[in-house]
Order: sequence, then structure tokens, then C-alpha cells
Amino acid sequence: MATRIQFENSCEVGVFSKLTNAYCLVAIGGSESFYSAFEAELADVIPVVKTSIGGTRIIGRLCAGNKNGLLLPHTTTDQELQHLRNSLPDQVVVQRIDERLSALGNCIACNDHVALTHTDLDKETEELIADVLGVEVFRQTIAGNILVGSYCTFSNRGGLVHPHTSIEDLDELSTLLQVPLVAGTVNRGSEVIAAGMTVNDWTAFCGADTTATELSVIESVFKLREAQPSAIVDEMRKSLIDTYV
Amino acid sequence: MDMDMASSGMFVPPQTLGTVLCCICGVPMEPNPANMCARCLRSRVDITEGLPRHAAIVHCPECSSWLQPPRSWLRAELESPALLSLCLRRIHKPLSRLVRLVHGEFVWTEPHSKRIHVKLRVQREALHGAILEQSHLVEFTVQDRLCESCSRAQASPDQWVATVQLRQHVPHRRTFFFLEQLILRHGAAARAVRIKETSSGVDFFFGHRSHAMKFVEFVSGVVPVRRRSDKQLVSHDTKSNNYNYKYTFSVEICPICREDLICLPPKVSNSLGNLGPLVICAKVSNSILLVDPETLRTAFLDADEYWRTPFGALLSSRQLVEFIVLDVKEKTPEVTVSGSRYCLARVEVARMSDFGQNDTTFDVKTHLGHLLKEGDVVLGYDLYSANSNDVEMDKYKGFELPYAILIKKSYEEKRQRKHGKQRKWRLKRMQMEVDDGARGRGSEEKRNNEYEEFLRELEENPTGMLDQMTIYKNKDHRPSETASMLSGDDDLPLDELISKLELSDDEEGEEDEDMAQ
Repeated sequence: MATRIQFENSCEVGVFSKLTNAYCLVAIGGSESFYSAFEAELADVIPVVKTSIGGTRIIGRLCAGNKNGLLLPHTTTDQELQHLRNSLPDQVVVQRIDERLSALGNCIACNDHVALTHTDLDKETEELIADVLGVEVFRQTIAGNILVGSYCTFSNRGGLVHPHTSIEDLDELSTLLQVPLVAGTVNRGSEVIAAGMTVNDWTAFCGADTTATELSVIESVFKLREAQPSAIVDEMRKSLIDTYV
Repeated sequence: MDMDMASSGMFVPPQTLGTVLCCICGVPMEPNPANMCARCLRSRVDITEGLPRHAAIVHCPECSSWLQPPRSWLRAELESPALLSLCLRRIHKPLSRLVRLVHGEFVWTEPHSKRIHVKLRVQREALHGAILEQSHLVEFTVQDRLCESCSRAQASPDQWVATVQLRQHVPHRRTFFFLEQLILRHGAAARAVRIKETSSGVDFFFGHRSHAMKFVEFVSGVVPVRRRSDKQLVSHDTKSNNYNYKYTFSVEICPICREDLICLPPKVSNSLGNLGPLVICAKVSNSILLVDPETLRTAFLDADEYWRTPFGALLSSRQLVEFIVLDVKEKTPEVTVSGSRYCLARVEVARMSDFGQNDTTFDVKTHLGHLLKEGDVVLGYDLYSANSNDVEMDKYKGFELPYAILIKKSYEEKRQRKHGKQRKWRLKRMQMEVDDGARGRGSEEKRNNEYEEFLRELEENPTGMLDQMTIYKNKDHRPSETASMLSGDDDLPLDELISKLELSDDEEGEEDEDMAQ
């Protein structure tokens, strides 16, 4: 199911949160209702961690991650790094990388298998992405925008891209990602998809402005209606239990 | 950018724009900056917000002109482009500040509804740079108010500020008939409030001094004139330094007319290289063309030169008498002077009145050698019997007058044949009031005779003067079978004037109405 929430009167919830299949990061210092909305949905499945990155709250735009790992920009403080390492499950690799383009969330869009990146990222960064996140990396643009992390978002089941994406580009991207893609909007016509929503394989959080039409598009493309956390998390829980035992 | 890449031979993959769902109603549509379909966008955003829906516009019902604030009045028809631009200027400020105007048109309304509807198409940025176009109807209420000039005219209809008194001190009105045609053709007196005919001229009254000035300039461009201007203080306001004057322009046309015989004063004769002293005035425009009939020497005299030493005519066209040509001798080759041909010759003539009575004949020199042959009737001045008491003449010691000076060939005979027939053409007349002083007993008949004479003169002299006039087809004219047989060289070349006729069809219609009234 997709949920409509707001962060301190702002609908750009993707900016203030990061949702993956293994963990959820939420900006610290916001109103408690934002945090509790995530908590209510996710608490019994994956950890919801309050954090800041580099002292800022725009964590969704600064970090990139999936169930395998989390990449943090060089502005991240040691305390924050330590806090995240302590809070996240052990199999999630947390790595701080020395990349000139520090808003990693804007430059990298990924699911658990594939990542699209900004065309100007360093070679080393590309290698780190492949190693830490365990994904194949493609340098891409979305409808002429180089900030692929901002203008598209996708899970292992589907993806939403910038509304101006041409049909040829859509075909090419869905071939790369091996998931169905659709061009659409969030937050009543906003093109900045990843800023307006955050999604994993069974749930999504959208800005409060998102209309019913947009919500139905999101739910259908990410296949959220039939999705249950149990099926996906089961295997992961097995491994968790393994380690705990 | 794409064009550059394509022209440089780079491969550009084809791009097909997909469809997205409208974020409000979910209808598939082409993506736009607002990502909302036009219908939803329009229902959410009203781009005509802040644009006026009503405005007032001031109209003068007398002269159908419209107030262009603050003070000028613009004459425009309903539904005319000029009126549209005026209406748009009334709402220009909000229009230019808020939106971009794409199109404007009138929606027809009943004129008596006193409403003008203007339909605009405007563009404006709606959401996230999406530009929306929408139509917007503005209703203008027409408020009637007399404009300054009309309200002044209403207060006292014949109020004038400037008058031009055009005068010529000669016994006939030929010049004014000619001038009337020129004024009509050029619309020089279109601004005149009133035109009044007086005993030896015409008065033109104008609402503004500048209109009168313009008219005076026009007249001085076509005839040699002397003018002076005066003004009379009507009222003044010393506090605001306003002075109201009535201006009077006195314009005197030189009394020399075409076909006049002149004895030049010695001074003028000397300055023109001992011309004459007996000369004929061949043509009057803004200068006078003088021709010496005995030597064919010519000279132009402009208004300044004339008024420095003014002179009168020795004999004028009324004193012309008929001669019959008995013999033409000693023809010299033809010469052309300012468009007219002359040929010096000696002819033997006898007065028509003497013809068959006695054997008095005159052997005279004439400039009409190319026109005359034996048996022709010719008009000329009979100096033999004339008793001239000209002052200028007495200044020439030992000057001998010729017996006669021939002026023009007479077409009286042909005219007799055509007698009673209507002309194929006619001229426009100017609406003139007649001054009471000028109206005398039999003056109407005299005027008609003079006008008839003027028309006859036009017929016989088709080149010079006629080119300057507009001629209208006479609708009443019924061409007869004999007309084509009789049409001689004195007829107007109507075929040449046909273009003028067609062009002036409208005016002709107007004039017919005028005449019906």
C-alpha cells in the first residue's frame, strides 16, 4: 500500500527519508508524526532509523542504498557513520565514499540488482557502488536530465520515471533494469519523482499532495496491492535468525 | 541543438513523446509543464483574473468620434480597427501587466445598446511555466458626450476663429469658378465651417487658425496672390495668460486673367528685357505667363514680382470682338512655349460688324498662325476703335498701337450647331451661401451665364486647365445618333477621362444625393 505523508508541511518526503527492503532512514528532528507514520508501517519488518547526514536532514538526497549496502557522502560525520553502522542490520554494508558529487541520492538510483548513475561520477565511485550495493551500474540520463536519482525511482518490481521520458527511452531503461517502467508524476504534477516519494518492494510513501490518480498509478506500477512484506522478508529473516541464533 | 547535431551528421535517435495521465482526472495526455490536462488546468486556474470585464468609453454622437484620454478625439466607425485599438488602449495597463494578448475582435452588438463587446484571446503562465490560452470578453459601455469642437458648434453653430477673405477685383467670376474646381479636387476647404460668396470674392470660415493658414497656403500655390493677416482680441484671461483671437486673412488674387491684353509699365517691361509693352496673358498659375503676340517672346512673372509693380489689364476678355480672317501670310515655323504652340504670321482680318458693310480690313501680326485659315472667325481686341486711356500707355512716347490683336479662334459656329444639347460631363459645385450684398437684380441669370461661359471655355481649351480638375459623367446625358457625327475637335476627349470617372463613382453618387436634396 502507498501512504500519503508530509514532513513539516513539505510534501517532498523522498528528501527526508530513505526506504529500502532492509532498512528505513528518517530525518531526525522532524515532527514525531512523520517518524511514527514510517514506524507504524514498517516497525515489525525492518528497522526505522532516525539519523542526520552531515548535520542536515535531507538524508534521502544525500545517501544511496539498497538491501545490500548504504553509501554515504564524504560530508557524513564519524558519529553519524557509527550510529548508522550500529543501527542497521549487520549484512548491510555502510560505506562512506569520497565523491565530489556529494548528493549521492540525486546521482544514483538503484534497486537490489541494478543502479543508474550520474554520467560524471568517478570511476572509483562506480566500482564502490558495484561492490557495496552488489549491483550492475549504468551511466544514464532520464529525459535529458543527468540527475537520475531525482527524476526516477524504482524497486525490484517496477519503476516511475520523469513524465517527459520518450517511449524509446522507457524501453531502453526497462531493458536495463528488467522491471516495467511508467512515466508519471507525484505531488499533483511534480516531475521530481524521487523527491516526492520513496518506495521499496511492498510499500511506498508519497507526499500529501499526491492525487488519487497518481497514487493508483504508483500502486499499479510498483505492484503494491498484492505485495506483502512477509513473502519478501521471509528469506531475509531466515538469515537474520541464523545470525542471532 | 538537435538540429545542429542532425546537420553535423551525428546519429540522433528518434524520440516519441509518450503519454502520461493527468494528475487530477487521470485522462491520458501529452506531458506538459503542469502535468495536468488543459481542462483541469483551466478549472483550477483562471488566467483572466484581474483583467477588467467592464470599461467605459466616451463617444461624441455628433461627429462619431471617440475620446482618447486625456483630451484628443479620434474619429472611427463602429467595428473598425481604429476603434479596436482605442478600446484595447483603454484596458492596456492590466492587459500588458498580467497577460499576453494574442487576438482581439468585436462581437456584434446593436448600436443602440450602447455596448461594445470585445473578445480577446489572452495567454498567461499558469503553473510551473505551463502557458494557458483563454478567451475573455470585455464589455465597453458607450457614454455619449459632445467633444469640444461639437459642443462649441452646438452653442453657436457658425462660430469661427479664422476667416480667409479671397478677393479678385475684376468684373467676372471666371477665376473663382476655376478655383472652386481646384479646391474641390484637393479638398482644400474641407475643414471650412462656412463658405460665403460676396460681391467680388468668397469668404471661407474656419474653426482653427491652422486650417485657415493651410488654405491660404493652398491658394497661394495655385494663383498669384497678395495676403495680409490680422487678428482681433476677443477675450483674454490675464491670470492664466490665455488670449482668444479672431484671425482674418485677406487674400487678394491678382486682377490679371487669361486672355487679358496688358500694357506693361516701363519698369516691368525693362526688367523683362524690354518685353512688349503690349502683351497677352497666356496662362495664370502661381505665376503669370506673358506672351508678346508680335514677337512670340514670353516671360513668367511670379506673385512677388507682380505685386512689386502691380498693373491692370488694358482690355479684358469681355471686350473681345469677332474678326473674320481674309488671308494668312508669312507663316513662320511653330514654336512651343510652356506646353502651348504658337506660330507667328501676318493675317488680313476684317471686323465681323464691318463684313459686308465696308472694306475696312486690318493687316495684323498674330501668334495664332497655326490655327487660322481663310474664312475662320477669330476673337480679338479691336484697338483701332478702342479709346484707351491707360496711364501706362502714355509713358511710352511714340508708341503706335497695332490695329487689332487676335486672341483665340472662335468656335461660335460649331456651338450654334450643338445648341440646346446637353453636355456629356459635368463638374461638382461647392456649397456656398450667397451674401445679401452680392445678390442683386438679375444677378442669378448673370451668374448662370458666366458659368456657362466658363464651361464652354473648358470645352474649347481641353489641355491646360482641364488636367487640374475632376470631371464627372453626366448621367442625364442621352447620346444621340448625330452626336458621333458632330463630335469635332472641340469636344472633350472623354475617353481619356474615363479612368477618372470610374474612380469617382462613389463621389458621384454622393453628389447626386446632394443634388436631390
